[in-house]
Amino acid sequence: MKIEVDLTKCQDHGQCVFAAPDVFALDDDGKLALRAEAQGDLYVSDELDESLRDDVEEAADVCPLQAILVRG
Amino acid sequence: MAGLRAAEAVRKNGWAGELIVIGDEDAMPYNRPALSKDALQQVPELAEIVFRVPRAATDVRWRLGRPVAHADLAARTVTVEDETIPWDGLVVATGLRPRRLAIPGPAAGRHVIRTHADACRLRAALTPGARVVIIGAGFIGCEVAASARTLGCEVDVVAPESVPIERPLGPLLGAELRRRHESHGVRFHLGVVPSAFLGTFAVEGVELSDGTRLPADVVVEAVGCQPNVEWLDGNGLDLRDGVLCDDLMRVEGRPDVVACGDIARFPNALFDDVARRVEHWTMAGDTAKRAGAALAAQLTGAELPERGFAPVPSFWSDQYYGFRIQSFGAVGLGGEDVRVLEGELGDEVVVGYHRDGQLVGVVLIGLAGRAAHYRGVIAARAGVAVA
Repeated sequence: MKIEVDLTKCQDHGQCVFAAPDVFALDDDGKLALRAEAQGDLYVSDELDESLRDDVEEAADVCPLQAILVRG
Repeated sequence: MAGLRAAEAVRKNGWAGELIVIGDEDAMPYNRPALSKDALQQVPELAEIVFRVPRAATDVRWRLGRPVAHADLAARTVTVEDETIPWDGLVVATGLRPRRLAIPGPAAGRHVIRTHADACRLRAALTPGARVVIIGAGFIGCEVAASARTLGCEVDVVAPESVPIERPLGPLLGAELRRRHESHGVRFHLGVVPSAFLGTFAVEGVELSDGTRLPADVVVEAVGCQPNVEWLDGNGLDLRDGVLCDDLMRVEGRPDVVACGDIARFPNALFDDVARRVEHWTMAGDTAKRAGAALAAQLTGAELPERGFAPVPSFWSDQYYGFRIQSFGAVGLGGEDVRVLEGELGDEVVVGYHRDGQLVGVVLIGLAGRAAHYRGVIAARAGVAVA
């Protein structure tokens, strides 16, 4: 399982952080922290542990911009 | 959206039987915030905002394009056109529709904003130089005002309150929002209501209760919404303000009927045991998941979810770029005791709303890096508030 975040859609609302705090974080300016790791406009995670599935699916649901995709 | 999320939750919680979602719009459920927030600059294509159907909800029959006409809770049926559909469990998620003003005048040129089609129609009318009169100074009215100014329209806002967004934000923040909107050229006409729409075939102006006549090419009615409950008439339910639910989202104790989204009036254990409707995007998902879980448990004979439902209310509003309003908690409950918690009212600021000396809600303008902290403070109320 991997997640993708469309950083052109993301507006740093942070709902994903409350849903899946082990995967998402905001930096001190309130911006999505994983922006720093992304190559271009699409962030693709490493393979995530299956135990995180409920959390990341919840994060995808509650994203106001629907910018998160759970793959696999 | 609440319907989709509820269907997903019913499946995830073990219901394997038939699942039908009935909706009046032709489109699959789509994401509405994109329609009134700053995205009015360029209304997204419907295909861009339709929700992905999650894996759990792929085995669902979608019956779209016709509204549900009636439900008979005793017979356990709903009627769509002339078809009667039986059910074992019912999810009420028919949401709201914009309230319309019942004052005289032509209908053409008057807009509301709720559906994608509404947003497309309004966007097409917001041409540079167009004279736009917005009736209502709540969140939607202010968001449309900001969008219309950004698009180069002339904007007048008419409302009976003394400041914009007086409910729920109160006079302190309301005055500050007025100042910000006025600095962008929005003109407010407060303490008055419209008395007539002027014009013969299409709206050419709005007459106000103080006699003022505002010229208008476009009128936007942003005067709140009303719950779509008429299809539930005749079942003896209390439908005065949406549908009354318990903390499992069950409608008046019926274990086989649940409600969710904007239409549901339910108690939140973060605050007290008073049932209230909450028109927030995030709450639609929270209540849908709870309603779906409770209904699936009822249908499958599984154990019901634990009592005590304490979702953190949160909303946001984008009015001009670089200036996001975020809120957590129930600011409407803390209007008697409003204080600046940090920052400066004229700049980035956090305002706290208190009841009995306890923080019940916060509003941030900017200071996005502090949002998680304040959400945590509100969420920590769980277990504190219930007497």
